[in-house]
Amino acid sequence: MPIIEGERVSKNFGGLAAVVNVDFHIDQGEIVGLIGPNGAGKTTLFNLISGALATTAGTIRFKGENITGLKPHQICKRRVARTFQSVKVFSNMTVLDNVLAGSLFGASTGMRMHDAKAEAMELLEFVGLSAKEGSLAKDLTIANQKRVEVARALATKPELLLLDEVMSGLNPTEVAQVTELIKKMRDKGITVFMIEHVMKAIMDISDRIIVLHHGEKIAEGTPSEIAKSQKVIEVYLGD
Amino acid sequence: MLKVNNINTYYGKLQALWDVSFRAEEKEIVALVGANGAGKTTILNAISNLIHLASGTVEFLGRRIDKMPPYRLAEIGISHIPEGRKLFPDMTVRENLELGAYTHQVWKNKGEMLEYVYQIFPRLKERAGQLARTLSGGEQQMLAMGRGLMSRPRLCMLDEPSSGLAPLLIMEIFEVIKALNDQGTTILLVEQNTKRALEIADRAYVLENGRIMLQGKGEELLRNNHVKVAYLGL
Repeated sequence: MPIIEGERVSKNFGGLAAVVNVDFHIDQGEIVGLIGPNGAGKTTLFNLISGALATTAGTIRFKGENITGLKPHQICKRRVARTFQSVKVFSNMTVLDNVLAGSLFGASTGMRMHDAKAEAMELLEFVGLSAKEGSLAKDLTIANQKRVEVARALATKPELLLLDEVMSGLNPTEVAQVTELIKKMRDKGITVFMIEHVMKAIMDISDRIIVLHHGEKIAEGTPSEIAKSQKVIEVYLGD
Repeated sequence: MLKVNNINTYYGKLQALWDVSFRAEEKEIVALVGANGAGKTTILNAISNLIHLASGTVEFLGRRIDKMPPYRLAEIGISHIPEGRKLFPDMTVRENLELGAYTHQVWKNKGEMLEYVYQIFPRLKERAGQLARTLSGGEQQMLAMGRGLMSRPRLCMLDEPSSGLAPLLIMEIFEVIKALNDQGTTILLVEQNTKRALEIADRAYVLENGRIMLQGKGEELLRNNHVKVAYLGL
């Protein structure tokens, strides 16, 4: 059974159809990439899955349960976490407190502060930010703020993690580091659905790739199938 | 055209830039490259006077600009396209663009500049009446760039212009930067897409931990294996 599946998922903004009848499914333990031109509806699809926006039509199921219409905090408690393309850290809180917010308000309720702190420090170590625990989030570079978001999302103890362009603004070495990080998450049993424009990374890491264009799913397949797809080359990759 | 002389800056007690000096000649493309956290964005913010200089000076066309407020810098021809877009979310696409041309000298030509920007990014024309916050991330990046071009800058500072853009559009963005430069605009480029940046740069400076470690022609740095491994992560 897929961990998450969507059936004819649609979202309209006024007259604009941002996501149109998209069917998708992701199996437990997969890493699936979501790509497509700018404005194709990728982040909107993440907003629908995470409950940040309400669907116009269609159904989203997480582990068989219909989660369409649930609020973001309810979806988070069901162990679906996300990061944001335009970073949304708590600017005036420390890096550690940002992650603690995930620990204390995520899926693991009733956690003691002492344990939550220890765990948050571990997560900061995991994303390579231990040295910054006491800095205010707003004083970090945007790339590091994205890492804070990853740690905060992990602190909610997700089974499904939605990553929205965590690699933008990173140099090739740093992209390789984050790629390793994502593989480690998968090894811990987390299923990953990720939006990314860094082609080398998404092609290396994904088991499957879904391609959106004008809100519609135009292709789906293994990285090598996608790389060869004439349609995808035309609207997205270029020659 | 632009001379940065021995600048030092701090975030609280933490020193972010150490005695940084560099220059950009008229009509050059100069790239600043280096790892995340090396100080590239801080340099642009220091030139724009968005952060305080502890010491050092900045000159533009022979005059000191390090005490000049950001709006004055825009008037004398410096445009800063910031990382993270920094749009006016509750204004329309068109209004955001027009604000890029608010200075006295360019306001009367804003219609012409608007057409120029729409020609580069047809998507912005389609979205002209929409609020900026309803755009996708990539479209917001286009808008930030378009707004920065509206003032017809003499010096254009671009911070991660390719961030969040699809591969096809990244190629276009670099074409736009080259075209701008061909029309006489000096470019100061911060970009993690190091290979592309060095390919189009006349000269580049490599930063590490807030210091300039090396400088050279873009293509030379790109050929230098030590530089590639030690600083650029290529």
